[in-house]
Amino acid sequence: MAYDDYIRKRFFPHIWCPGCGHGIVLNALTRSLDSLGFDKNEMVMVSGIGCSARISGYVDLHSMHTIHGRALAFATGIKLSRPELKLIVPMGDGDALAIGGNHFIHAARRNIDITAIVINNRIYGMTGGQYSPLSGVGVRATTAPYSNIDPAFDVVEMATAAGATFVARTTTYHVREMSKFFQKAILHKGFSVVEVLSQCPTNFGRRNKAGDAVHMMESYKNGTVVAGSADDVPGSGKIRRGVFVEKTAPEYCDEYARIIRVARKGA
Amino acid sequence: MKNKTAFIQGNEVCARAAIYAGVGFFAGYPITPSTEIAEFMARELPKRQGTFIQMEDEISSLCAVIGASLTGCKAMTATSGPGFSLMQEALGYAVMAEIPCVIVDVQRGGPSTGLPTHVMQGDVCQARWGIHGDHAIVAMTASGNQELFKITVDAFNIAETYRTPVILLLDIPSEGEIEVVERLRTAVKQGVDFHPYLPREDGRLPMSDFGGVHRYNVTGLFHDMWGFPSDDPQVVHGLLRHLADKINNNVDNIARFKEYYLDDADLVLVSYGSSARSALHLVESRRRRGEKYGLLELQTLWPFPHSIVREKCANARYVAVVEMNLGQITKEVKEAVDRPERVYLLNRIDGVYITPTDIRNMLRVIQGRGV
Ligand SMILES: Cc1ncc(C[n+]2csc(CCOP(=O)(O)OP(=O)(O)O)c2C)c(N)n1
Ligand code: SF4
Repeated sequence: MAYDDYIRKRFFPHIWCPGCGHGIVLNALTRSLDSLGFDKNEMVMVSGIGCSARISGYVDLHSMHTIHGRALAFATGIKLSRPELKLIVPMGDGDALAIGGNHFIHAARRNIDITAIVINNRIYGMTGGQYSPLSGVGVRATTAPYSNIDPAFDVVEMATAAGATFVARTTTYHVREMSKFFQKAILHKGFSVVEVLSQCPTNFGRRNKAGDAVHMMESYKNGTVVAGSADDVPGSGKIRRGVFVEKTAPEYCDEYARIIRVARKGA
Repeated sequence: MKNKTAFIQGNEVCARAAIYAGVGFFAGYPITPSTEIAEFMARELPKRQGTFIQMEDEISSLCAVIGASLTGCKAMTATSGPGFSLMQEALGYAVMAEIPCVIVDVQRGGPSTGLPTHVMQGDVCQARWGIHGDHAIVAMTASGNQELFKITVDAFNIAETYRTPVILLLDIPSEGEIEVVERLRTAVKQGVDFHPYLPREDGRLPMSDFGGVHRYNVTGLFHDMWGFPSDDPQVVHGLLRHLADKINNNVDNIARFKEYYLDDADLVLVSYGSSARSALHLVESRRRRGEKYGLLELQTLWPFPHSIVREKCANARYVAVVEMNLGQITKEVKEAVDRPERVYLLNRIDGVYITPTDIRNMLRVIQGRGV
């Protein structure tokens, strides 16, 4: 199969602005799906609401565009009732960690076998540029016109602390790396999180003098470092990329299957 | 987009009016088509020593608003359908604990994510019955920007007067001296027993601000005059009656409406929000041809002003309710008038503003004149 067999072309043109990072994520995602070669009928993509959440409509998998912040909760229901399906949940930073923060923590805690992709553009793109819990101090947004005082989460640390068993970070500049991480995450048994730093030139870039899409992607190239590499020195001020957690722990659906066995023995 | 401009203007009018009414706290979560209210507050409130915060969702937004109101400041949030749905639990809490606050719902097409940038009037019944349990509620609306300014100030005034959440349902996003009311505060001095939930004879409940000299309990459980949880049947009965009566006994004080050419009207249109503007347009053009059309524009939807509607429609041959939903207010109008068989619903439910021509065509059908 070619990777564009995973795309629903009849839904094009897509809704994204020129230069938006979401298209790059879609591209990397379809390439990883192609390399993995799973039966499309075994794959489900669930998303919430946001520019990023529109990804689910463009992939030729079982796809569900749900409500803001709750994609992981919908996905939990699907996965638990049909554990053989592979679940992929792309989310914006607001979708995943503001309104959806609670569901994010609890999905990680359960270690349910779902791949969560947090496309972090540090802003609410769809509603026109309000700050998100990942914007960070000093950022300008339409609801932080005098600059933001809300400190940001570190998605990697959050996911790790909450119990995710695969946690990685990459950027839209590093497409091959992204595609590799997606494959690992999808193959990983348990809750996996891939954070992708992504540009929203329209609502983040312009307001924060971060330049156009090209400038923003250059900053991902120059402002990040591979964790554990020679350049990864404390105090470098660079954002670390790589796989930070990859471990095994009891997976929720497996555990539940065990409960069913126990319960039926008693019956 | 034309709709969008209208929304922005209405949102800004509403936000300005809230500032005029003395709002000191805003918590919200971005959602089209209400976001301009939050953005306005983020800019303007800190200039006035007020507070703006963008919360992590609408659940927490209304919770924060209620907390802020308890400390003594006028507080509000603004949202649209999906967010309004999320607020229902906290809204019920505000009813039970009698916390004044204003919730603006800039209606979009629904249910669910629906039509974010198009208009409907679909949340009218949700405003009335979105929360569980018997209760009374106040919901208001306006058809134009000038009216919206006044109605927004009124919403704060009614919230403060009756210690109740007030829902402002906008669909357009729509002067003189307008009175601003402050909430009734207790005169009980420090050291003297203060009964935080003992209403006065007129049903009003003087408040003591959190952080003040009286420390008391606030709960969403049924509670006695001390604010302590109670399931004593007499207490439960008394509180539920009080919560309903303080609104329902004041229907006439809370009712806001406008009437046009009703004195001799043979055909009365009943409408509200943006559809009332189209209705008025039609009424005026028909009057110029000598046809006896009139308009009753409702600005308070809940509590529904049954007696006013009954009286204004008494002599009409036809009563036609113009709204952009499946008849959420039509049902109330039928209940209010005698001879309900003369009440008709004229609606549009496709996310497009209802026009005077739409209304005219539907009226012709009713009157058996063909389109
Ligand atoms: C309950 C609810 N509240 C608010 C909204 C409005 N809303 C739609 S998308 C969005 C945030 C989008 O930001 P993000 O999740 O970071 O994704 P992006 O658009 O940047 O890709 C918001 C607040 C909604 N749809 N539902
Ligand atoms: S607003 Fe931002 S996130 Fe949304 S499509 Fe445009 S660039 Fe992408």
